[in-house]
Order: sequence, then structure tokens, then C-alpha cells
Amino acid sequence: MSILINKNTKVITQGLGATGLFHANGARDYGTQMVGGVTPGKGGSVNDGFPLFDTVRDAVEHTGATASVIYVPPPFAADAIMEAVEAGIELVCCITEGIPVLDMVKVKQYLQGKKTRLIGPNCPGVITPGECKIGIMPGYIHKPGRVGVVSRSGTLTYEAVWQLTCLGLGQSTCVGIGGDPVNGTNHLDVLRMFEEDPDTDAVIMIGEIGGTSEEEGARFVKEHMTKPVAAYIAGITAPPGKRMGHAGAIISGGKGTATEKVSVLKECGISVAASPAEMAQALLKIYTPS
Amino acid sequence: MNIHEYQAKAILRKFGVPVPDGHVCYNSNGAREWAKRLGEGPWVVKAQIHAGGRGKGGGVKLARTADEVRLVAREMLGMTLRTHQTGPEGKLVTRVLVENGCNIARELYVSLVVDRASSKVMVMASTEGGMDIEEVAAATPEKIFSETIDPLIGLTPFQCRNLAFKLGLNGKLLPKAAKALAALYTTFISCDCSMLEINPLVVTAENELLALDAKFGFDDNAMFRHLQLGDMRDYDEEDPNEVEASQHDLSYISLTGNIGCLVNGAGLAMATMDIIKHYSGDPANFLDVGGGATAERVTEAFKLILSDKNVKGILVNIFGGIMKCDVIATGVIEAAKQVSLKVPLVVRLEGTNVEIGKRMLAESGLDIVAADGMADGAQKIVAAVAALSGRN
Repeated sequence: MSILINKNTKVITQGLGATGLFHANGARDYGTQMVGGVTPGKGGSVNDGFPLFDTVRDAVEHTGATASVIYVPPPFAADAIMEAVEAGIELVCCITEGIPVLDMVKVKQYLQGKKTRLIGPNCPGVITPGECKIGIMPGYIHKPGRVGVVSRSGTLTYEAVWQLTCLGLGQSTCVGIGGDPVNGTNHLDVLRMFEEDPDTDAVIMIGEIGGTSEEEGARFVKEHMTKPVAAYIAGITAPPGKRMGHAGAIISGGKGTATEKVSVLKECGISVAASPAEMAQALLKIYTPS
Repeated sequence: MNIHEYQAKAILRKFGVPVPDGHVCYNSNGAREWAKRLGEGPWVVKAQIHAGGRGKGGGVKLARTADEVRLVAREMLGMTLRTHQTGPEGKLVTRVLVENGCNIARELYVSLVVDRASSKVMVMASTEGGMDIEEVAAATPEKIFSETIDPLIGLTPFQCRNLAFKLGLNGKLLPKAAKALAALYTTFISCDCSMLEINPLVVTAENELLALDAKFGFDDNAMFRHLQLGDMRDYDEEDPNEVEASQHDLSYISLTGNIGCLVNGAGLAMATMDIIKHYSGDPANFLDVGGGATAERVTEAFKLILSDKNVKGILVNIFGGIMKCDVIATGVIEAAKQVSLKVPLVVRLEGTNVEIGKRMLAESGLDIVAADGMADGAQKIVAAVAALSGRN
């Protein structure tokens, strides 16, 4: 078991350009059921073995897909997300970086009352090792197992996963929630899923400067979680008022500093890694694999 | 992207937010002529730099005659203005805003931001205009009022009235306040702002509302649909390396240390700075080459790092997902050749095509220290830079 996706998940790709196609192939090679793509105007044709459809609705009807991964360029990505939501897709992973924040404000409102869970945007995607990979993460660094990983950063997630794998610790599911200020899923949402998942025993949570997603997650850990949680927060050395690459990684008005987050996380009983090279060790301080 | 006050006021005027009449001037004679055209005086002359706290630094002055406007402008133009936001080096004043003064009865505060907690645009208002809003929030949070806006409905008239009443804008001021707030929201949405702050919004003795100062933040991700706003960018106000970086689609921020970093992914780039500090080194920059970087972009990134004279060593830290390690290796080799690298270079590669990348670096004949993991990489570059400074 796992959260969000497993070996039965059928996935369509929205935006099969060069990047989308590269990663759709990577996911297919990993064993993911990549059942088709959506390219308006190309419906009925086949691209590199992926049957193409004009609309997400068509794709769902013909393939039975329940998940979608989006590589559509930023100006059109918000529309692509809403199209997937309207077609009843249960899980939408939006990889696209650079979507205007006011577009995401509308998408977020549009999602209210819908059954779709949006992961991202500006994220690496979701992987349940050995079963299903949706997104751009390198598959080989993962190993099936019982540690959940949730993170705002793509490459830092790989770092944590690689540390776990090198220590022989596999992962149940790894979720990249993305680096944008307005996104579909936050730390708390994923922590709740891990807490309810019988096949996740422990969690690594990775955060960074800006916003309060980590603090909200930490309070949930303190009040509701029975499973051990370790964490790392990036940006101790980040200067205030500067956007550190991610649209959401900014200390504004003295709020959202790494120091402040680390202190809240520690208060909530989370084992916080002193350096990004020690994320897996920080977990092992409070978790003994069975 | 930031813009000057006079540009901000031009945008506000276009959307129907009341602002004082004024004009930007680049020389003192022009300032005097514009003052005469604008009205009878008194006028306010304001230095145009991208930093707050101008008043305390002598960058905002009142002039009672047109000749006085000229004198004040002459003093300001060419001066280096230092405020708490410019840093000790200050900023050169090359233009001033001359505008009509007004009789201030009350000073209020209004701002709009994208509120991350609610994922909506929020209007904040306060009776404590002219103050630093963070100080007001800390000391007297009950003096800050807010309304959260449904993106599909927009700011409603009742929300505008709610705020106006809390600001004490009654009677004839009520419809004016509602209109100004609605216009501010339209401005925010139409320009894809990330932040719009009017501080102060004043009530004049004649019972008019005026936005006396304005600060805009724009969403960089939305600039593709606001190409005309790009013309307002003042490159002289920005860090030259950061400007250069943005032209190559690199995310770069200058810091004060001596270890240059070249990393893929924003989170890993921050973490790389942190781990250098963790091992008692000092990072010189944040640099994310992005997911889809080409060898050329990596080469440009190298040149950028080396243009910082403080850099005494470079750490490349790549964990490839979208980014392929062989692309990074090609860029590193190309750059090292082009710039004839003289500082220690430590490279840590992991991820897609890692073996090809490592082999390319090893066979390049260049003096590159390979690292096994982040901690190893950070320790090696810190040690190499320390050894260098020990020698000097």
C-alpha cells in the first residue's frame, strides 16, 4: 500500500512536448501505466506509443485514467488543471514551473467542492517506488519501503530519498508539493495521508523559507500523529526579501524564516536535521525500522 | 520586479486611484518648469530610488516657490541617498518626482497581497498610516482590518464599505473610499501584482482621498502578459550580476561570502548554501541553473559566479531529475576552458546519466575534485578555500 498512487493507477499526460514526452517515457519505463496523452488537435493519432486525445474528457472515457500529469507551458497550465478537474481526474500532478500566482488563486477556488486532489504546481510529482512514478524524479534512487517523504523542493526530495536508500530504508510514497506560494496540497494534507496509511511507518518532511505550511504540518504532527517525523528546513542562510528561486521561498516582513520554522518544528517533537546531508540520520534518531 | 514611485502613481492614475498631480524630472531647471505647470505650490520634491525610508535620509523635501523646487532638485540629483533599505553604500539619485503638496488631515494605510494561508487576495487597511505596517501588526494588531476576496467575484462594494467604516471614512468620504478601494483591486488584478501598498493614503483638509506613496511588487511569472511593464524596469537599481543572470534564465542572488555555488533546484541551492555555512564556510551566492538548463546556460552560470571577485572556490552540486548530469558536465568542462579556471572546483553529481557525467569530468584533464555526497562536497570546498587563504 501507499498513498495517492499504486501499480493500478492509470496516468495520462497533458502537454506531450519534448519535456513531457521524455518524462512520459521515463515513467513508462519505470512500469507506470502511462495510457495516453492530451494534445488538442492531435486526437486519434499516436505519439511514441502514446494514444493522443483532443480533450481530457475523451482521454478519460477511452483509457479509464484516474491520474494526470501536466507539462503544459505556464500561460496555459491553469486551464489544463481545470480541464482535468472537470473531467473528474482524481489526482492531478502539475509539474509546470512559472504559473502566474493569480491563475493559481482562481484554480484553488475552482477546486473547492471537487473530488480532485492537485499536487503542485512547480513540483517533481509523486512516486510509489516499484509501482508507479508520476513526474520527473529519477526512478533508480528510490526503493520500495515504509518511509513517507513530503517536500516543497524537487532536488532536495531526491537528496532525502537517496540518503534513505543508501541506508537500506525504502519509501512508501514520495510527494513533491511544489515551491509555489499557492498550491494544491500542503505539508499537512500529506502528513494526514501518511498517518492514515497502514504501510507508512515514519515520515521525512522537507520545507523551506516562506509561508507557514511547515508550521501547520508540525502542529498536526504534535496533535494527531503517532508516527515519527523528521524534517529539514532549507534557507538558514537566505537573506530576507529575496526570492530564492522558488516563487514561494521568500522571507517577507520578517516572517517565514528558517530559524522560526525549525523552532516550531522542534517544539512539536519533530527531529530536525542540522544539515541537509543528515536527513535520514535525523529520522533514525527517533525511528527504529522493524 | 520593482518600479519607481512616479511610475507606480502613473499606473494608479490610469486605473482611477486618486494621486497628487506630479511629474518626473531629470534636471533642476526641468523641475522648476514642471512645478509652475503643476500649480501654485507648495510642492514636494521626492528622490526616486527603489528603497523606502527616503524621508529620513533627506530624499523628500517641501518647496514653497518654483525656484526653491529647482534648488532642492539640484541638491538631490546626483546625491547618494542612504536609507535603512539601501545599505551603507546608498543609491545614486538620477531623477526626482515633483508633485503638488496637500493639506494632510489624516494618514491611513491600505495594501493588497496574495495571502498564502487562504490562497486569496487580501486587502489590509489600518488607521495607522505612515508607519511601518509590521510594527503596527506587532504592537497594535487590532488597528489592522482585512477583507479576503473571492477571486471569482472580486472585491464587493460591501467589503469596501466594511473597510471604509473601520477607517472612519464616513459621509462624503464613504463613496470616495469605496471607489478608491475598488480601483486598487482592479489595478492589482490587471497588473498581476504580488503586492500593492499605499502608505500613506491620506485624507486632505478638503476631504479628498489621495495615495501619497505607492509600492508595487509584480509577479515575475506573469510578466509574459505585461510586456509594457518591462519597460519600467530600471536596471541601475538592480544588482548587475542578478540582471545578467535573469537574461540567461538563471536564478541568482549575490551574497557576501567567498564560495560560489552552482546547483540545480531552488531547495537544493538553498540547502547547499546552508551546508557550506554548517561546515564554517561562507557562500558567495545562490544559483539555481533550473531543470531544463543547457550546456550554454551552465557555462554562463560559471562566468557569472567568477565575475564576483570574492569567489575563492566553487562547489557544483547537482542532483539530476530533469537535469541530466552529462549536460552539466559538458557545461562545466566548456566553462572551465573558456574562463581558464584558477580557483578550486569541487563537483558533486548524482541522478540521471550520472556515470556519463562523472566519466566526462574525469577524462577532461581538468583539475576537478570529485565529491561523494553533499557533506563531502561542502567539506572539500571549505577545506580547499581555507588552504588557499592560509597560503596567502
